Amino acid sequence: MLIKRPADIAPSDITPRALFDSRRDFIRTAGLGLGAALIGAGLPRTAQAAGYGGQPLGPLVKSPYSTGEKLNDYSDITGYCNFYEFGTDKSDPSRNAHRLKTRPWTVSIEGLVNKPKTLAIDDVLKLAPLEERIYRLRCVEAWSMVIPWVGFPLSALLKQVEPLGSAKYVEFTTLADPQTMPGVRSGVLDWPYVEGLRLDEAMHPLTLIAVGLYGEVLPNQNGAPMRLVVPWKYGFKSAKSIVKIRFTDKEPVSSWTRAASREYGFYSNVNPDVDHPRWSQARERRLGEFTKRKTLMFNGYGDQVASLYTGMDLKKNF
Amino acid sequence: MRITMGPKMRLPRFNPDRRQFTLIWRALWVAGLLPLLMLVSAGLRDALGANPIEYITRATGDWTLRLLLLTLAVTPLRQLTGWHWLVRLRRMLGLYAFFYACLHLTTYVWLDQFFDWPGMLKDIAKRPFVTLGFAAFVLMLPLAATSTNAMIRRLGGRTWQGLHRAVYAVAVLGVAHYWWLVKKDLTEPILYASVLGTLFALRLWHALRLQRTLQAQAA
Repeated sequence: MLIKRPADIAPSDITPRALFDSRRDFIRTAGLGLGAALIGAGLPRTAQAAGYGGQPLGPLVKSPYSTGEKLNDYSDITGYCNFYEFGTDKSDPSRNAHRLKTRPWTVSIEGLVNKPKTLAIDDVLKLAPLEERIYRLRCVEAWSMVIPWVGFPLSALLKQVEPLGSAKYVEFTTLADPQTMPGVRSGVLDWPYVEGLRLDEAMHPLTLIAVGLYGEVLPNQNGAPMRLVVPWKYGFKSAKSIVKIRFTDKEPVSSWTRAASREYGFYSNVNPDVDHPRWSQARERRLGEFTKRKTLMFNGYGDQVASLYTGMDLKKNF
Repeated sequence: MRITMGPKMRLPRFNPDRRQFTLIWRALWVAGLLPLLMLVSAGLRDALGANPIEYITRATGDWTLRLLLLTLAVTPLRQLTGWHWLVRLRRMLGLYAFFYACLHLTTYVWLDQFFDWPGMLKDIAKRPFVTLGFAAFVLMLPLAATSTNAMIRRLGGRTWQGLHRAVYAVAVLGVAHYWWLVKKDLTEPILYASVLGTLFALRLWHALRLQRTLQAQAA
């Protein structure tokens, strides 16, 4: 059988520009309400950060690492979450996370360090000037968002405890409270949720401790009061509601790797060339957009992070 | 040969007359459209959530499976209740399952993949869950095509029935399709699989009882 290769020309180049640009109007008017239904959600949204009901985080430093791409809606970012401690449906966290108590909250930093510490969250908030970092977030499920996080580099927190030379990895443990987290009472993952980074990944300036979004205190369902954001890795690496950070000399086993090691590796860098065993990672749906876009190597952060993996076989170290 | 037989616990005999049956048939016809209407209404109210395409894909897939299971529930229900007129609703249930399967596939082809044919071919060949779903759909095609009275007559009852046994395979493939796609939380696929298993078990149980009765009669 002859399988024709697709032309190296995009449909958008063949179709007259005006027509291509109006393709959504075409679909909107075309036939079934299904199309119309969909477009309703695909229309441009206002993306101004102001007054969502959370506590404002004061003046924020702008960051050169921020992308200029169109932000996703506050309601999408806070209503479409993977936070299995509150349930496996995307809408479960927004429904259930109000029960999470973020005060008092402490995070203990321990392991191969000179000065182990337990910090109260309000002291963590004062460690470094808060920045706004607008990052792309690419979920392993092949969807993505653009999110205006508020936070500071993880390195500022890690330096507090003076890591030893023998420390090679950092392990993050997150809250597992069956009283307030209905998902923890189910056996869907091994609780508590554990994630890990190599020390150089953890110290990388892109790696963020996020404490807010859209200029306000982080909503519970997004991992309050403090979470990790590693923008060049699949979303699940960015552990939420962190209670413990431990320096080790052994590669930590993350919860998803424990659950399915064939599907979720330690690195989990965004990589369009390495598919998930059950689905392709070549493209992604940016929420709010109709057609899928190509997934970028390291989620588009290759210039900053590719050097971390020089000489590594990323198909093996997926 | 006609064997009438049923378990002891039987619901009160209910045999709708022509008028009552027409009412039931129409009600079911409307009910079958409700999932689609709910989807359209949610769409118009912008209530499909942050990922509308995923929502539509899931809803149409869910309803395909539910209607398939309902279709397969008709025979065990008849056997349990003695309501044999239920079988006259089965074709509509089956065709509604096919209808939602078509919407599900259309969602994938149009909204999800946007007619990226090479990409979809690769998907079907490479992704087990897509392969299974697609196989289930292909198997449904001859069943839908031979669903008219004229086709039943043309094929002859026995051949027709043999062909339509493929619906079991469709249901198994459909549930496996869902099972394989889920990231971790298998609650819902397990639920569908248990219903399907129960329906199979009921049929088996009934067949065994029938066999025993026949043997007893022969003896």
